[in-house]
Amino acid sequence: MSESRRNFLKSAAALGAAIPAGAAAQSKPAPQADHEKQHAQHMRTATAAAQQRPYMFLSQTEAAFLDAAVSHLIPKDELGPGAKEAGVTSFIDQQLFGGYGTMARKYTQGPWPEGTPQQGYQSPLTPAAVYRAGIRDANNHCRKTYGKSFDALSRAQQDEVLKGLDGGKIELEQVRAQFFFNMLLANTVEGFFADPVYGGNRDKAGWKLVGFPGVAAVYTTFIEKHGVPYRAQPVSISDITQKIAQVDEHGHAIHVMLDDKAGV
Amino acid sequence: MATKLKPVDVVTVGVGLTGTILAKELADTGLKVVGLERGRWRDTDPDFAMPGAHDELKYVRRHELMQDLSKETLTFRNAMSETALPMRSLGSFLPGEGVGGAAVHWGGLTWRFLPWDFETKSRTLARYGKNQVAEDCTLQDWGVTYDELEPHFDRFEYLYGISGKAGNLQGKIIPGGNPFEGPRSREYPNPPLKTAYSSALFAKAAQAMGYKPFPVPTGANSRPYKNEYGATIAACVYCGYCQFFGCEMGAKASPQTAVLPALMQNKNFELRTLCNVVKVNLDSDKKRAVSVTYVDSRGREFEQPADLVLLTSYVLNNTRLMLLSGIGKPYDPVANTGVVGRNYAYQTPSSVTLFFEDKNFNSFMGAGGLGLAIDEFNGDNFDHSGLGFIGGGFMQAGSNGARPIEVRPVPAGTPRWGSEWKKAAAKYFNRSFSITIQGACQSYRTNYLDLDPTYRDAYGLPLLRMTFDRHENETKMSAWLTNKAAEIAKAVGPAKMNVSPRTGKYTIVPYQSTHNTGGAVMGADPATSAVNKYLQSWDVPNVFAVGASAFPQNGGYNPTGTVGALTFQALEAIKTRYLKRPGALA
Repeated sequence: MSESRRNFLKSAAALGAAIPAGAAAQSKPAPQADHEKQHAQHMRTATAAAQQRPYMFLSQTEAAFLDAAVSHLIPKDELGPGAKEAGVTSFIDQQLFGGYGTMARKYTQGPWPEGTPQQGYQSPLTPAAVYRAGIRDANNHCRKTYGKSFDALSRAQQDEVLKGLDGGKIELEQVRAQFFFNMLLANTVEGFFADPVYGGNRDKAGWKLVGFPGVAAVYTTFIEKHGVPYRAQPVSISDITQKIAQVDEHGHAIHVMLDDKAGV
Repeated sequence: MATKLKPVDVVTVGVGLTGTILAKELADTGLKVVGLERGRWRDTDPDFAMPGAHDELKYVRRHELMQDLSKETLTFRNAMSETALPMRSLGSFLPGEGVGGAAVHWGGLTWRFLPWDFETKSRTLARYGKNQVAEDCTLQDWGVTYDELEPHFDRFEYLYGISGKAGNLQGKIIPGGNPFEGPRSREYPNPPLKTAYSSALFAKAAQAMGYKPFPVPTGANSRPYKNEYGATIAACVYCGYCQFFGCEMGAKASPQTAVLPALMQNKNFELRTLCNVVKVNLDSDKKRAVSVTYVDSRGREFEQPADLVLLTSYVLNNTRLMLLSGIGKPYDPVANTGVVGRNYAYQTPSSVTLFFEDKNFNSFMGAGGLGLAIDEFNGDNFDHSGLGFIGGGFMQAGSNGARPIEVRPVPAGTPRWGSEWKKAAAKYFNRSFSITIQGACQSYRTNYLDLDPTYRDAYGLPLLRMTFDRHENETKMSAWLTNKAAEIAKAVGPAKMNVSPRTGKYTIVPYQSTHNTGGAVMGADPATSAVNKYLQSWDVPNVFAVGASAFPQNGGYNPTGTVGALTFQALEAIKTRYLKRPGALA
């Protein structure tokens, strides 16, 4: 058995447990059930593919730092997967490789005085370069303080470092610690909640957490059902382009409702 | 060396909300009109088509429909004592780029400014005396009254198919509408949108306190509507992807849905996209524009001669092009002379967020402008005696479509990250809503626009420099208004609430409002205004600068309805008077 095949089966099995119980247990007319089966199959394939994707920008060291860091920013807990499990490191990798990381649509001419907080982003570094410098500096801090790189620290030590970067207790050499931390936090939140097409929000973990249905349906009737929660299986852009999810004549998602009796 | 092109009658610099209307109407009279647009062609299909239209990262965070700052931005500082630095990243406001301009990604709210707003100075002085106004406040009347603008408001609302409920029909107060609005000649063309749960709770509490809630007027259309140009605007489906997005349904009023279908059929109109105007060329005595110079997407420079030059880009670019071209005297805040760049103002938004344990609002649903509002605390609708400020704002609660990257309300005191944050974000995403306040912003001697001495755009031209901060009048007003909103919020009965008045220095970082105003303000006096009441340059009468650049200060409403009315005001003057006898109108 090839390595990729083994990984596929491993991740498919892991994901099986993550399919919402409601989705599997519901008894529905045949086409709907088929649709859900297709959807689950698609999710396994897509997740496996995402997990195998090599990084375009990040080094293995940088990826290890991010995996560890984002798992504190949005941790895995009783509410569900965290940022690491949702693929936020992949998301950040793709963002840094692309237009965001290189400031393709931003003003990049100098001079570059630091400016006031009110004047916003004034770094001569692109976001890609901020991550490169920030991770290197943070790891150097960890080696100096604890004798290990960030990803090898205990959870408690990692938490201490992140709080130091956030609160200004730790200063970095090449970038302002708070500047780096804020960028990391903003991108982590983006990766957790953006459409899965960008490599994060795997299995729509972010959307399921907050109850966001993703690509919208027509809500013309439901908007007036005051106080009645609308609970749907979230739909992503690729669910529609790959015909996993059904659409109406204008291309809006036809949501599969969750059989959730939990109340509001 | 620029290639000189065949002369045309009219050039519009920018093909957005104002440019499309003026181009359409003037092309209809038989004039040859060229629309020059720095961005690309965009239309409902394919640019806003499903499912890609529902992509929060792309549109809200990566600003797909907004200005490409790599080519051009502005510099910003809070005060003249600071060095302005470039806005490297979009934040506080989001100018558009491309056909349709910011009216593609706007939120749809379409207000008429109050009659008081057009006569802010004279009415404030008459009621309170000059001590009510800060010494450095450059408050002024618009040189036009609400009554003069009423037919133009009406025309714009019917063109864009605005959904709303009249509150004052020819002087008669109509229950269910806004009793504070100026008299309108007829009802809105379309009925209001449906009511969201949050709006219903807000309105019930407000009503019990004696206020008179009414539906926010909006360009998210409540039913299919065919306008005078034969364009059909579809009915909104409350999908929640409205502001920051193009509408996949063609249900949001915009140049694409309301004007371009007819304009693009007109043989007298030629659209040139990816063409960036860098200068309006004047004759030797600087009294007449003879042409505009633009650079196309292949780097070629052209000179387009025209009899009439209409500056129809965003507020900031209207002002910048006037400064770059020498149209009107640049404002000097030290000497207090000149007009171009003077009276730059903004908005003073604030909010109260209500958190509930047991109520679900399906916050991801909604439409731009879907909400119920009260106007008791706007303009001069309440007695300002002893309050130490002037102006106000409307407040509303509604559902405009929460998406979780941008909208993740958590109660104050919640950590920014970690398990506790995650728990709160999960709990309150659908169990909260906000009362938002559109606070006004007055103009001040030290808030202005000029050309930056250091930073340049991709064409080597100086960037616009913005010098702006909030003043005590705005901070006091925001505290007072937000407290009024908090009283209503308390009556709704949330488990927790965040009360967030606008405080401290203005920062260009977080998104606040794309309601920049002023810089080429209108008025009756050429010493304090760049354009007359018809939006015509005092100095170069064949140039009109149309848009919110003409607002002498900003009111407590979204600006688009008033921008639409001013567009028709300018248009009527051009059609009925200027074309017959070109020259100064005032």
